[in-house]
Amino acid sequence: MAETFKLRVNGRDCEVQAEPATPLLYILRNDLKLKGTRFGCGEAQCGACNVLLDGNAVPSCDTPLWSVPGHEVTTIEGIGGESGLHPLQQAFIDEQAIQCGYCIDGIIISAVALLRRERDPSNTQIAAALDRNLCRCGTHVRILRAIRAAARAMRASPKT
Amino acid sequence: MIPPPLPQSLKTTPRLDRWVCFNADRTVTVFSGKVELGQGIETAIAQIAADELDVALERLSLVAGDTTRSPDEWYTAGSQSIEIGGASIRLACAEVRSLFLEAAARELEVDVAELRVRDGTIEIAGTDLRTSYWDLAPRLSLARDATGAAAVKTPAQHWLVGKSAPRRDLRSKITGAAYVHDLELPGMVFGRALRPPSYLAKLAAFDADAIRAMPGVVAVLVSGNFIGLCAEREEQAISALRAARAAASWVEEPTLPSATEVGDFLPALPSVRSLVYRHGEALVAEAARRFEASYSKPYIAHASIGPSCALARYDRGKLTIWSHTQGSHFLRGQIAEVMGAAAADVEVIHKDGPGCYGHNGADDVALDAALLARACGRPVLVQWTREDELAWSPYGSAMVVRVAASLDATDRIVDWKHEIWSHTHIRRPGWGEGINLLAAWHMDPPFPLPPAKDVPQPTGGADRNAIPLYDFPAQEIGYHFIADMPLRVSALRSLGAFANIFAIESFVDELAAATNTDAIEFRLRHLQDARAREVIETVAKAARWKTCEKGDGARGRGFGFARYKNRSAYCAVIAEIEVGAALRVTRVVAAVDAGRVVNPDGLTNQIEGGIVQAISWALKEQVLWDRERVLSRSWESYPILRFDEVPDVEVLILSRPGESALGVGECAAGPTAAAVANALFNAMGVRARNLPLTPDRIARAME
Repeated sequence: MAETFKLRVNGRDCEVQAEPATPLLYILRNDLKLKGTRFGCGEAQCGACNVLLDGNAVPSCDTPLWSVPGHEVTTIEGIGGESGLHPLQQAFIDEQAIQCGYCIDGIIISAVALLRRERDPSNTQIAAALDRNLCRCGTHVRILRAIRAAARAMRASPKT
Repeated sequence: MIPPPLPQSLKTTPRLDRWVCFNADRTVTVFSGKVELGQGIETAIAQIAADELDVALERLSLVAGDTTRSPDEWYTAGSQSIEIGGASIRLACAEVRSLFLEAAARELEVDVAELRVRDGTIEIAGTDLRTSYWDLAPRLSLARDATGAAAVKTPAQHWLVGKSAPRRDLRSKITGAAYVHDLELPGMVFGRALRPPSYLAKLAAFDADAIRAMPGVVAVLVSGNFIGLCAEREEQAISALRAARAAASWVEEPTLPSATEVGDFLPALPSVRSLVYRHGEALVAEAARRFEASYSKPYIAHASIGPSCALARYDRGKLTIWSHTQGSHFLRGQIAEVMGAAAADVEVIHKDGPGCYGHNGADDVALDAALLARACGRPVLVQWTREDELAWSPYGSAMVVRVAASLDATDRIVDWKHEIWSHTHIRRPGWGEGINLLAAWHMDPPFPLPPAKDVPQPTGGADRNAIPLYDFPAQEIGYHFIADMPLRVSALRSLGAFANIFAIESFVDELAAATNTDAIEFRLRHLQDARAREVIETVAKAARWKTCEKGDGARGRGFGFARYKNRSAYCAVIAEIEVGAALRVTRVVAAVDAGRVVNPDGLTNQIEGGIVQAISWALKEQVLWDRERVLSRSWESYPILRFDEVPDVEVLILSRPGESALGVGECAAGPTAAAVANALFNAMGVRARNLPLTPDRIARAME
């Protein structure tokens, strides 16, 4: 049976009605119209659906709705968009670190979580943080470069 | 002067107003049949058009892959979007510009030579006299056929072609909705298809009513072996799919080969040999030494990160489908035939999707959506599962390539033989006869599986790049075409070129080693093509290749080269590897000659991606099965390259502004695989001839 859940997504409170076991992915995409969180496998193996849950990158396809209340959810739309791009998004555009782009939002989410823990990550640390993210176009080299560039930019202007 | 023949796209759609339209708000719409697949073509086509028209890039928008509005430009495939699509847009825009300049000259009563175009304004330098495309457009009809007679710009006149314009589609893709998956229509429901567990499984029993009774389920369509369903909410559709999977019982047959090692079963399948190419007489008798070797590649999945998706609306007999297909017009025709509708009642609108790298599930899911939209009377968004994308999309065909050659007393190759065993490399909807859509084969009555037909030379399918570019005095190339297809196959990026180049470039390397000659020096001895030589010399210099350099037992470097299709971009690759628990590629340097370059950074991005994807194919990828079922159904059972396995990549582009622009999307794959295998030999003296180069295969090659 559908139940009502109170969520906090991208800094806003909202209410949704759905089965408790519904993966957060579909609540975000279909109820809250936050389409930047993408379906990739439904098995927590590719990272395309990553969101921040209290600052940690988690696959939303494997996060049941009942577990979300009381936690802060951030999607790519909450990272940056209409009100201005996050330094990571800007770096991905500056480096043209995107081919088809389908995996990128999940990768940016993983990178946001990384850069909150580690202001100056090594390549090994970046690759480890992206261990749960897959990219099929082979944009990896640019993605790593963009994350390093964003880390530099964020260190230079610590507010972001 | 007789103009050169028009590119195919302009022959098919000659009318200029089908390519360019000046809008009242002082913008320009350009229509293209070449669609964005993540390769950056939208930006490149816009650059070509804006440059040729002299209009700011921001004023220009593109309508691509829309069966109502865009020209039919075949498929977006085969690295032909710049070569044919770009050439067509360029000619059409040059002719449009020329017609407007003539009209402006008449109105302003001046000579055309006095006019110049600046961001769409046509003016005479140093005067106030001016008009514009938009001012003249109401009086100048473009409902006329292109002649190809207008002069295109010279390299020196380009201001946008040759510049790394940033991709136009990226911002939306990293901030929210951007793909067909993200579309919504009022009243839309969520659809899923239940695919059989194996290729030829027959539905024995299924209680559709039990599924219909589930929460939110709007429709369940059962037709033969096709089961589809729709629900109000997406999670309800997923629950219903899960229940349907548990409820359906199937009869399966052991139809798949008993072996999964390609060399063990593929050449044994019934085949028909045709001669692809022969020249010169084999001088085997005079040869001092003869060599032969056999190479193979497995079935490889497209393995898109986003499983295929389509949105369909069926409204009073009219069907509209939003799809990430590579061929909107073909898909329209096929779906119309399956649905028993007139093509005019079906509209296909391209919408961006995840990268496909060839013919994946994009077309199939469009038919699923069309069938379900008609069945439930509401717009339906159908999303494939990860499992179906891996197990039901077509694969790139497995191949075996046997190569033999003879060296004379001076260590020159005097004859060359190359024999291929393969299925077709193309079974796209609209290619050849019949219907090539999955649900059509499963529904009742089923559409028959059409006969396979490969791409003929000069571009070739399985035999793409089978003819070496090297100047071997005698060559014979044969293709053992295997009509039966135990696994579903179709076009995967570079078709047969991947395996053929892997085989040729590995074998040339073996011959170089057998003669104690440097691998690059040995190739240059057999290569006169000046552009090929320059690409090779460029990469050797950039990577600081040392003559006859030896690996150290764990690390080494290897070289690979090809001109894609022997008529497209030249690409030479040097790979550096290290063997520990597994083979790891640490660095790759590539040089590319693609003629006139439209967008250097876009080209570089394509080459980098092609290299990394080819490393993934070469090191890790192989579709596996048992006698009944494909077993590669998840990222665990079909692993691809991960972030900690990716090398540094450096790409050098040779500047050829005076030459024709050549497609680059597929040129890096074969040279990269060969360079990696050759680096393994250089490092350890181990010759691995069967892909993928997994640790256990390398261990077997060492035995």
